[in-house]
Amino acid sequence: MVVFEKPKSLTNAEFHYCPGCTHGIIHRLVAEAIDTLGIEGITIGVAPVGCAVMAYNYFACDMVEAAHGRAPAMATGIKRSLPDNIVFTYQGDGDLASIGMAETVHAATRNENITVIFVNNAIYGMTGGQMAPTSLPGQVTQTSPYGRDVTVAGYPVKVAELLSSLDGPEFIARVAVNNVKNVRTAKATIQKAFENQINKQGFSLVEVISSCPTNWGMTPENALRWVDEKMIPYYPLGVFKDKSAAKEEC
Amino acid sequence: MSDKVLMKGNEAIAEAAIRAGCRHYFGYPITPQTEVAAYMAKRMPKIGGVFLQAESEIAAINMVYGVAGTGRRVMTSSSSPGVSLKQEGISYIAGSDLPCLIVNVQRGGPGLGGIQPSQSDYFQATKGGGHGDYHLIVLAPSSVQEMADMTSKAFDLADKYRMPAMLLADGTIGQMMEPVKLAEPVEHPFVEKEWAVTGTKMQREHHIVNSLYLVPEQLEKKNFERYERYKKVEENEVIYESFMMDDAEYCVVAFGIAARVSKNAVVAARKEGIKVGLIRPVTLWPFPKKVLSETAEKVKGFLSVELSMGQMIEDVKLATSCRRPVGLCRRSGGMIPSPDEVLEAIKNMQRGEE
Amino acid sequence: MTTQILIAGFGGQGILFAGKFLANKGLVEGKQLSWLPSYGPEMRGGTANCSVVLSDEPIGSPIVTKPDVLIVMNLPSLDKYEDAVVPGGKIFVDSTLIERKVRRRDVDAYYIPATQLAQQNGIPTLANMILLGKVMRESDFTPYEGIEEAVRTVVSAKHADLFDVNLKALELGHSFE
Repeated sequence: MVVFEKPKSLTNAEFHYCPGCTHGIIHRLVAEAIDTLGIEGITIGVAPVGCAVMAYNYFACDMVEAAHGRAPAMATGIKRSLPDNIVFTYQGDGDLASIGMAETVHAATRNENITVIFVNNAIYGMTGGQMAPTSLPGQVTQTSPYGRDVTVAGYPVKVAELLSSLDGPEFIARVAVNNVKNVRTAKATIQKAFENQINKQGFSLVEVISSCPTNWGMTPENALRWVDEKMIPYYPLGVFKDKSAAKEEC
Repeated sequence: MSDKVLMKGNEAIAEAAIRAGCRHYFGYPITPQTEVAAYMAKRMPKIGGVFLQAESEIAAINMVYGVAGTGRRVMTSSSSPGVSLKQEGISYIAGSDLPCLIVNVQRGGPGLGGIQPSQSDYFQATKGGGHGDYHLIVLAPSSVQEMADMTSKAFDLADKYRMPAMLLADGTIGQMMEPVKLAEPVEHPFVEKEWAVTGTKMQREHHIVNSLYLVPEQLEKKNFERYERYKKVEENEVIYESFMMDDAEYCVVAFGIAARVSKNAVVAARKEGIKVGLIRPVTLWPFPKKVLSETAEKVKGFLSVELSMGQMIEDVKLATSCRRPVGLCRRSGGMIPSPDEVLEAIKNMQRGEE
Repeated sequence: MTTQILIAGFGGQGILFAGKFLANKGLVEGKQLSWLPSYGPEMRGGTANCSVVLSDEPIGSPIVTKPDVLIVMNLPSLDKYEDAVVPGGKIFVDSTLIERKVRRRDVDAYYIPATQLAQQNGIPTLANMILLGKVMRESDFTPYEGIEEAVRTVVSAKHADLFDVNLKALELGHSFE
């Protein structure tokens, strides 16, 4: 009896992610949602520039590789061309909240019927640990060696809060994957973000608080603890916007 | 002439694109090409097509990138500053071997420049523009009729060679009206491209649209393959117009609106007994190297007429291996040379020779 | 035969519309033609001009630098373009708006109080078409016959109610002595 297996919508390619990085978990949750909903054959994924740049090798569905920050624009093109397919982007914090902020906000405000998986680990991983738009105040990175000075670098961008202030988007939530309970919530939330698209409800973004032990300079275990102690207090978890649920309540 | 309609060049592009089967347009407002977007905004919703005003030129070209990946005809249009913003996306599209159409109705630059006609994006269009080893097919219409015809041609060539094509027009051709005979709409029943991302339907390996090759040997191989295709384009797709060249002793080289002005000057010069003709490159890439090289054996000199500080002149010199003097008649910043100015330059060329 | 026509005045005087009428008239006649507007911010109240070329042969430059026919509806346009007209060419002046006379002796000058005529006849926005009526009477680049079809195209279905008044304006200019 099989009790645990690789989701079918992941390929057999080996992840390149660092030990202790939670991208692997998030990939798995996305793949599980695709499997559960039986949509692999109609799904097209958009990979970002960042640590997940090679996500196109890991997901078994059709994949495209966007320019840095442009995944929501590219996804818009794909979805407008193939409205009956399922289109998701998988983006990091630099990609989505810095260089691609305009594309993010406008895809959201158009309520573009796509699913956005936003991995926030408060750092630029692929380039070796620079300050991200979501790096915490005081956080030491390669480009904030004395800690993020908010008088110089400004404050972190709270993407879920920011986007939920718009009238457009359908669903905005923030989850984490640093413990079993949070992973379970994350799984259900990601699945909902895909279901929304199937139901043509519109733009659904799940911000996933992730850890980067390598660039945070921590053991994987300490990194997960840091998520609890530092990240989640700054980036509270929960559903920030759910238009359909709000309608039902009325 | 009932089969002809009066249209602006910009409108002709839009209508011709629709008739060529394009159902996806993404753009951002900028003078002097906004009529393309306005036309698309009106028509696309009525024919089941997509018009979307993007949040930026950058977003627009990346939406184009997305549709191109699905294998469907797609276009964007802009003018010079906007086309600069699109260069990143164009490089990705070229690097992913996808077809699409980019229209540049040029205005004076650099920077915000002006809004009057220009040809000063020649380098950008023909030499790359974005980063990396790639080319665009670049078509330079010089009439409203050609705005329509070249739009359709550009889609065909882009599809044939799986590469982006650019229509390099200018504010004059975009804004002017001339009678135009539009092609019958071609039915393009969607044929699934073997490389497109459309969903695996669980019946094939996944397709990946991608320009990332971290192993340099792989990237080099990709680039060599791409340049093999470019070679075929250079061999098969050169278009130019030859005007009064049969007995010409001097050759004016000009494209787009500059060629229209130059024709007047050539006719005037002929009346004064100067044996001069005009070669008008219609494809700027591939550039009509061969005919210019052959012409260098017959004429005493060339004159490049451009709405720029002198960009195409470099290709004229290269094509002719500098075997004959190449003069330059130029206006910049949105100015257009008058036929008299070109005539004077032709006379100067003749005097310099004699 | 090739006729180069330049129409110039203020934005809002119907300069481009007048050019469109001539272009459509050329189309009706089966002529080669081009119509080129000035474009940009000056269209909103600044100076506007419009180049129209009508020819029996393919047209080279669509930019009229040496008009055979110059139609001016404000003084700055007359000042700017008077010297550009070819010797033997024609200049049509809206004499309600331009007080001075044409200085050139080698061109034919026509003075039509078009704006005044337009106001007196209850068609205050159609001085441009009154001028064109006169232009067509004094020139031979396109026959007066066939104006209905050209007007019908240029006023478009949306403004079909303007068909009659445009014809009226043309007729006023055409019969102006």
